[in-house]
Amino acid sequence: MRKTVLSLAVAAVLALGAADSARAAGEIKLPPKDWSFDGVFGTFDPAALQRGLQVFKNVCSACHGLDFVAFRNLAALGYDDDQIKKIAADFQVQDGPNDQGEMFMRPAVPSDRWPSPFANEQAARVANGGALPPDLSLMAKARAGGPTYIYNLIGEGFVEPPAGVEVTPGKYYNKYFPGHMISMPPPLSEGVVEYADGTKATVPQMAEDVSTFLMWAAEPNLIARKRMGIKVILFLIVLTGLLYAVKRRVWSDVAH
Amino acid sequence: MAFQTKNPVIRWIEYRMPIFSFIDHSVGSGYPTPKNLNYWWNFGSLAGVALMIMIATGVLLAMQYTPHVDYAFRSVERIMRDVNYGWLIRYIHMNGASFFFIVVYIHIFRGLYYGSYKAPRELLWMLGLVILLLMMATAFMGYVLPWGQMSFWGATVITNLFSAIPVIGDSIVTWLWGGFSVANPTLNRFFALHYLLPFVILGVVVLHIWALHRFGSNNPLGIDVKGPQDTIPFAPYYTVKDYFGIGVFLIAFAVVIFYLPNYMGHTDNYIEANPLQTPPHIVPEWYFLPFYAMLRAITFNIGIPFTGVVLIEAKLGGVITMFGSILILFLLPWLDTSPVRSAKFRPLYKWFFWVLVADVVMLDYVGSQPPEGIWVPIGQVCTAYYFIHFLILMPLLGKLERPKPLPVSISEPVLKGSGPVGAAATAQPMEKA
Ligand code: HEC
Ligand code: HEM
Repeated sequence: MRKTVLSLAVAAVLALGAADSARAAGEIKLPPKDWSFDGVFGTFDPAALQRGLQVFKNVCSACHGLDFVAFRNLAALGYDDDQIKKIAADFQVQDGPNDQGEMFMRPAVPSDRWPSPFANEQAARVANGGALPPDLSLMAKARAGGPTYIYNLIGEGFVEPPAGVEVTPGKYYNKYFPGHMISMPPPLSEGVVEYADGTKATVPQMAEDVSTFLMWAAEPNLIARKRMGIKVILFLIVLTGLLYAVKRRVWSDVAH
Repeated sequence: MAFQTKNPVIRWIEYRMPIFSFIDHSVGSGYPTPKNLNYWWNFGSLAGVALMIMIATGVLLAMQYTPHVDYAFRSVERIMRDVNYGWLIRYIHMNGASFFFIVVYIHIFRGLYYGSYKAPRELLWMLGLVILLLMMATAFMGYVLPWGQMSFWGATVITNLFSAIPVIGDSIVTWLWGGFSVANPTLNRFFALHYLLPFVILGVVVLHIWALHRFGSNNPLGIDVKGPQDTIPFAPYYTVKDYFGIGVFLIAFAVVIFYLPNYMGHTDNYIEANPLQTPPHIVPEWYFLPFYAMLRAITFNIGIPFTGVVLIEAKLGGVITMFGSILILFLLPWLDTSPVRSAKFRPLYKWFFWVLVADVVMLDYVGSQPPEGIWVPIGQVCTAYYFIHFLILMPLLGKLERPKPLPVSISEPVLKGSGPVGAAATAQPMEKA
């Protein structure tokens, strides 16, 4: 029995290790970072989410859309209906056709999804020196390292290029971007936003807040998932313990 | 003992359609099972549970999923965000595929260790391999459905393999795609087939179990059941043991679903498919990596030396090697010449078994690495060893090895009062059940 359990454990480790090996090699090493939403009991700090929204709205949304997030979803950050209406109304979305058969622009309402700042891909590229600012809805799940990658990319990542490295005009040197030449200008500088809650808007602070916000945007059910996980796993452990007891009982007349 | 009950409803049905006695005979108290099965024998029922989980969650996903290139990615995100508990269903299905493969791979290696593929269970073994092939096809097509970058590029790379077939290859690829590239018709048919194949698997599972019941389970000693004293009824002994195994399985499964749901996935699949942008590394899911490594191991054309005549192009060679690695398993019952089933009594094979395990794990790792530098020769050596194991070592070992003496019967070591396995004389033998 003990031997079998041991072999099973080895098999599980091998399987997980094999899965881990599926990760592509040769990635740039990211400095590790702790997040409030890490771990079994991890959770989002609503204040950080609201600050992150502020950074996203005031800075990033000039270039990036958030297509999978509707304004009504912001209720999860602790906003009430009126606040959400006000946030939405700051954005223009296309609607129509009207009774004249024409498309028109109107302020967004809570049921609208966060619009892209550009009319189409070509317009976005022209405005950004040929590069396309990707939609950020899933960014925190679409890059190795997730929020830690975003945090480092937009914060510490923008450094002076090492001696001898030529940066093409319209590109910026970034330590953590694959290939190091990114078309995004450093988006954050101290004080670009004034936090409603009075927190000092340093670059690391803003990078952390907006990365937290983007993690929420990518995985809005993260907290619900972790909460449910605890209950399910505790239940399963008790159930399995009972099943083991029943098994011992049933097998008590079979020596093995 | 024949099936009996006092319940009038069950008796009424049983008289007209003896389904309850059939169930009892299949997985109940009427099915005699060797009494010495260890926990490695839990993985068969676990595979069945995994299949049920996949079908149940898959049907639920299909109710919300849209198989169209413009909507597929978006519909999956809608499932994740707007459908009640959609994230749960999808994470179960997504990780369920990985767990299904973990379980089935352990199940297969169990068979290799204890010689379960040998006479008279050859057909049972081959039906299992058919299930494995169907699972691979199902998982491959399922992975295309969310229409992320890896979905698209994985589909492109793998379907393109068929172009290696001489003369008709290109036409086959066009036929598979339903066009001239992986596009909407491809996604549509993959969805149709992804929905269909699990039910085909279910059918083959029925045949697999039918074949199993002809001679019953093999056991850790690998010797035949000699009589009722060697067996215990499946229910309640193995049903309760299987339930316990399912509990352990579900705990491990739940840990991944709730805390590491994207651990086994690839981040690129959260980027919508873009036919104009090739990802830097196209890596299949982990359960395909050993085969992917073998595919890429053949980097050279095979021809007649010194003449420049190419008989098999490298690409075709890779495809043959990859499919050959599974097809060869169909021949294993005849490649293995040893009359002894269990590796317990095969001092040499026991070691080569573990070398094979290490070889496959290594291939899995090689498959995840870019095909350059040291990984190419390592992949080639591991691939060569895989085939050497089955084609050369298995036939030879049976002849060279001196197996340890086999116990007379499953209960013999116990009756003598000692031994590695044991079932006491007090155990409820089959005839009393
Ligand atoms: C002036 C426009 C602009 C602003 C403002 C901006 N970005 Fe970007 N961003 C870009 C462009 C252009 C790219 C594409 C870069 C490339 O592919 O070289 C990009 C790419 C990215 C990427 C993807 C990098 C990768 O790995 O592909 C992330 C993450 C990102 N931006 C986050 C942010 C965040 C967070 C903010 C707000 C703090 C922000 N951006 C503000 C223009 C902008
Ligand atoms: C043998 C059993 C099955 C296996 C191994 C399997 C495997 C997979 C895999 C690997 C994916 C991709 C998951 C992802 O990355 O998102 C997937 C997706 C999907 N599967 Fe299955 N599947 C099985 C059965 C089924 C069944 C029976 C159905 C429906 C009747 C189904 C419906 C779907 C749908 C709709 C998707 C797309 C949604 C999504 O990607 O999450 N599957 N499947």
